[in-house]
Amino acid sequence: MSAADGLLESFAGALLDPDRPLPPGLSTWNGSAAAVRFGVYRNNVAVSLAGALADTFPVTRELVGDAFFDAMARCFVAAEPPRSPVLTEYGDTFPDFVAAFPPAAGLPYLADLARLELARVRAYHAAEAEPLGAEALAGHLGDPDRLPEARLTLHPSLAVLDSAHAIVSLWAAHQGRGRIEEVDPDLAESALVLREGDDAVVLAVGHGSAIFIAELASAPLGMAATAAAECDPDFDLAQTQALLIRHGGIVAWHLPGDKAP
Amino acid sequence: MTTPAASPAVVGIGLKPQHVPEILGSGVPLDFFEVHAENYMVPGGPYLRHLDQIRSGFALSIHGVGLSIGGAGPLDTRHLDRLAALVGRFEPQWFSEHLAWSSHGGAWYNDLLPVPYDNASLVRVCAHIDQAQERLDRRLLLENPSTYLEFAASTLDEGDFLAQIVRRTGCGLLLDVNNAYVSAINHGRDPWDLIAALPPDAIGEIHLAGFAEDRDAAGDRLLIDTHGAPVDGAVWALYRRTLAHLGPRPTLIERDQAIPPLGVLVAEASRARSALETRPVTLGPRP
Repeated sequence: MSAADGLLESFAGALLDPDRPLPPGLSTWNGSAAAVRFGVYRNNVAVSLAGALADTFPVTRELVGDAFFDAMARCFVAAEPPRSPVLTEYGDTFPDFVAAFPPAAGLPYLADLARLELARVRAYHAAEAEPLGAEALAGHLGDPDRLPEARLTLHPSLAVLDSAHAIVSLWAAHQGRGRIEEVDPDLAESALVLREGDDAVVLAVGHGSAIFIAELASAPLGMAATAAAECDPDFDLAQTQALLIRHGGIVAWHLPGDKAP
Repeated sequence: MTTPAASPAVVGIGLKPQHVPEILGSGVPLDFFEVHAENYMVPGGPYLRHLDQIRSGFALSIHGVGLSIGGAGPLDTRHLDRLAALVGRFEPQWFSEHLAWSSHGGAWYNDLLPVPYDNASLVRVCAHIDQAQERLDRRLLLENPSTYLEFAASTLDEGDFLAQIVRRTGCGLLLDVNNAYVSAINHGRDPWDLIAALPPDAIGEIHLAGFAEDRDAAGDRLLIDTHGAPVDGAVWALYRRTLAHLGPRPTLIERDQAIPPLGVLVAEASRARSALETRPVTLGPRP
């Protein structure tokens, strides 16, 4: 290790840990204590990374208040600094951190709400894909015998979340839709997230629909529908298909024997 | 795509997503936009779509903040690949990065951290720039930093360090006049010493931004490069002196915090344009 390696190593180590001594070999033109100046770097790192998390998790932040969120975010930053300069990818593990963060234990819905916000950011930046056209869809839906064996490719922005808490209602209340006092956070809700135009939308769906959509990633339509109906007697296949189609969620429809795309 | 602006007397601002509809919806008196490369390293979505639209009407500068050219470790080749893909897709007129480091041991600090100005650092920075220029197949403009601390190990001053890099790698320079001012105040120097030490022909772009003001432990001025305020009067004066020395250079107004309405940034860019255009330019012998 060269001298510069050692210097940057001790500089880096002290950035995220205010209890560590300053790196050696710092100088100031006027002989003033280097701690104040090193503090500028420490502050830049902590504030900018906590700020990146605040950008990704705005409703989580509103729910706990700015001071609580920023303190929690700084703990996360110190424990799990980014591994990449692409900050839209930062925070994948933040919801898990929130779930295990003792001071947030009184808000059991907080981690799932953070998962919903993370899904929105992922949806916003997901790859482009053209939804399947109305004509092609009508052809497939008009051939009910072959529906069970169909395998669907869903839009890359699409995600479903199944929560024991009212994450959709809580999120919507923070968008000015619905009153937060009227939300029972302990009511289970499922969310469908996907990008439409320039917006990542959040739709409330039934538990069965969430299972059906999640199953479609690996199972043919018939098996996905069976799994959904077993978990949720209210599951409505036609309604769920219509929802996916209305929001441009289906980009390809494969039947056995089709030529590979 | 537009033909790259041929004149060096061009002005631009940093592109902010909230300004995109207004920019696309009406004519703005700007020649180019600059984006941070890392914000556009996404699979798809509105950011990339909007940048395609901006690119069809304006010249583009891609400004990297993630390469960690001054880092102790090797460059992240995955990141370099992503940069190459972005530069290939958008064909910017300029690509710039920083004389700084921001990652170490796999962790990313999201700040532009200071480099010791010694021979070992010089060799390493030059190797990193050679590697980046080769991979991107283009000349890189290296930006002078804002710094808050110096290293006892430094043996060169910042201007000599940058001039040596230019000589060894053939890279260009992005002269951030605000950074030159901030660092000079923070280290008790004359900002002109840095600017005068840089090879004029290498300077391909100028940045202007605002700073915040603090005090160090001795009570002396400590300026923080926040990109969160209008360009300071002292920086405008230094900019005009720089233009008199260099001639016109593409000039960008940077604002990354407390983003004002588009019109405020356009007005600052227009002020830069006035400075670029009012300066008497000698273009060689008159006919």
